[in-house]
Amino acid sequence: MSPKIKNPLPPGNYFFEGNQACAEAAIAAGCRFFAGYPISPSSEIMERLSWRLPEVGGVFIQMEDEIASISAVIGAVWAGARAMTATSGPGLSLMLENIGYAIITETPCVIVDVQRAGPSTGQATRPYDGDIMQVKWGSSGDYQVIALAPWSVQEVYDLTIRAFNLAELYRVPVFVMSDAALAHLREDCRIPEGVDIVGRTKAKGVPHFGTEGPVGVPPMASFGEEEGLIITGSTHDKSGYRKTQDPNIQKDLVDRLNEKVLSNAKEIIQTEEHFLKGAEIVVVAYGLVARAALAAVKEARLGGINVGLLRLKTLWPFPKEEIRALRARRIIVPELNRGQLVREVERVTKVEVVYVNRVDGEVMGPGEILEAIKKQ
Amino acid sequence: MEATWKKHLRKETLPLPFCPGCGHGILLGAILRAIDASGIDIKDMLFVSGIGCAGWIPSPHIKADTMHVTHGRPIAFATGAKLFNPRLKVMVVSGDGDLASIGGNHLIHAARRDIDMVVVCANNEIYGMTGGQVSPTTGLGVKTTTTLAGNVEPPLDLCRLVEAAGASYVARSTVFHLEHLIGILKKALGHKGFSFIDALSPCPVQYGRRNLYASPAEQLKDLEKRCVPLEKARSMTQEVLKGRIVIGEFVCRGEH
Ligand SMILES: Cc1ncc(C[n+]2csc(CCOP(=O)(O)OP(=O)(O)O)c2C)c(N)n1
Ligand code: SF4
Ligand SMILES: [Mg+2]
Repeated sequence: MSPKIKNPLPPGNYFFEGNQACAEAAIAAGCRFFAGYPISPSSEIMERLSWRLPEVGGVFIQMEDEIASISAVIGAVWAGARAMTATSGPGLSLMLENIGYAIITETPCVIVDVQRAGPSTGQATRPYDGDIMQVKWGSSGDYQVIALAPWSVQEVYDLTIRAFNLAELYRVPVFVMSDAALAHLREDCRIPEGVDIVGRTKAKGVPHFGTEGPVGVPPMASFGEEEGLIITGSTHDKSGYRKTQDPNIQKDLVDRLNEKVLSNAKEIIQTEEHFLKGAEIVVVAYGLVARAALAAVKEARLGGINVGLLRLKTLWPFPKEEIRALRARRIIVPELNRGQLVREVERVTKVEVVYVNRVDGEVMGPGEILEAIKKQ
Repeated sequence: MEATWKKHLRKETLPLPFCPGCGHGILLGAILRAIDASGIDIKDMLFVSGIGCAGWIPSPHIKADTMHVTHGRPIAFATGAKLFNPRLKVMVVSGDGDLASIGGNHLIHAARRDIDMVVVCANNEIYGMTGGQVSPTTGLGVKTTTTLAGNVEPPLDLCRLVEAAGASYVARSTVFHLEHLIGILKKALGHKGFSFIDALSPCPVQYGRRNLYASPAEQLKDLEKRCVPLEKARSMTQEVLKGRIVIGEFVCRGEH
């Protein structure tokens, strides 16, 4: 990590909504460009940044749609910015085209996905874990992204900052997976005095799209630095030249785009353990649902049930080693969907997995998780 | 002696990938001549292009920063780059399918914002790269692979579109009228605000063959016949102008 930069907001405790915390975290992380398109329940992020960014010398623009928003973000990043956009499921669907472009051109950027109930327009203001697979598989081809799942306003703040750093470290788009409830939940948020920032790796006259080894992250120049950047969304060699017929170049590029993330999974993945030691039943949860899960686990333990919680702060790359290490007789995965991340859990463990789902656009309470725990 | 504008080409990328007789190579030459004549340092320039044969005009041939993006989106990418670093001299070069069809919304809104960039539409009135399908600028009656009996949809006049949207410099020329084309490109480069140039650039392979042009040269000559200078067009009736292409400067407002 490079030196701490001073937080533009005076340190202290703030009573923030999730969306406010997210916008302030972006500023603190050095984000100086935002392009977006209004969509509930994410709009407060762009509304706040529309006046906060100019205050700190940054640029804000409301674009004509989400395709243009992510495109402008990528353009700004190559012009030297740390940049972000925020949206919800329907907007994310439009962004997927150029999220693919960000992946193949290795453009660091942050995309905040304030999830709402779908499919399609669905329920614009109701919470849902609807895009867990959309962020992972929505664009075409084989690739890795990073997705982080906060469970509190404080963590929206902390993980948004982390998202910017991870984006720079691995030159990938990083998603912050919020939802309609977290977006408008108001809680204490501690703003620190300084923030650890990872800067962009620069090197003159070297290839910007390849490394010697098969898993490395190349340095990145900006427009106007006289590097003669050749950037393309087509398959390219290390210098950026389009190479659309060479099987080896295609293979090497796809392998590295994946492996630069997967081989660093240990550094990227964060989980949190609650009462896991010797637990016979383990609840695996993320986001706001994990708060209900922790309450349920505590309640069940008072009743003498040996249950623990593994909370996933990182969803992608998927924490498969952490799941595989669970020595429980049952795993319970509560989610605000019909079962998305649970399938990944099933893929990596031999333990029997139980689904707990809610798809009515309401938040999940501890009751339904407790009930599931008691049944095991 | 080698022409000075040729130094702006990455020699290792030559020869150009275009079919023999394609207008896009001529357009590339015109762009580089205009830059050379305008005295702009090409190192300050960023070229953004979309998908299609036209998207390959700058990328990777021009020795400057080039960004070859997704289909229809170059103006949106260019907007982000220009806003964050206003010192960049930004030029978008892309096709009629790219800018007028899939990217039409971005074109309208960039013109509305009057954002400082030059957008050049390499207009061959066809989807060249994908095999000659009809485009929003294909003329009535023209045979394409998706309009075998002739196009029945009227074409879009891109100059009138961006003018209505708010562009402050709007002009049209063709690769046949090379000096005129270089002149308006140069003017656009010196203009502060949104400049749009509709540059007709024939596609002999996907358009010419199907519409019975004997050769690329014939197609170029026909372009000359179809074009009417704006000054002359002003005294012509809509009836007479039907199917003709008006070339010239339509809007030239503000700083130069
Ligand atoms: C999203 C998307 N849709 C379709 C295509 C396929 N495609 C490639 S080039 C092209 C047409 C390009 O036409 P134009 O912009 O007029 O350029 P030209 O080849 O005529 O110079 C299309 C539709 C694509 N690459 N991406
Ligand atoms: S297909 Fe047409 S536009 Fe494309 S390179 Fe060939 S002649 Fe030019
Ligand atoms: Mg075309």
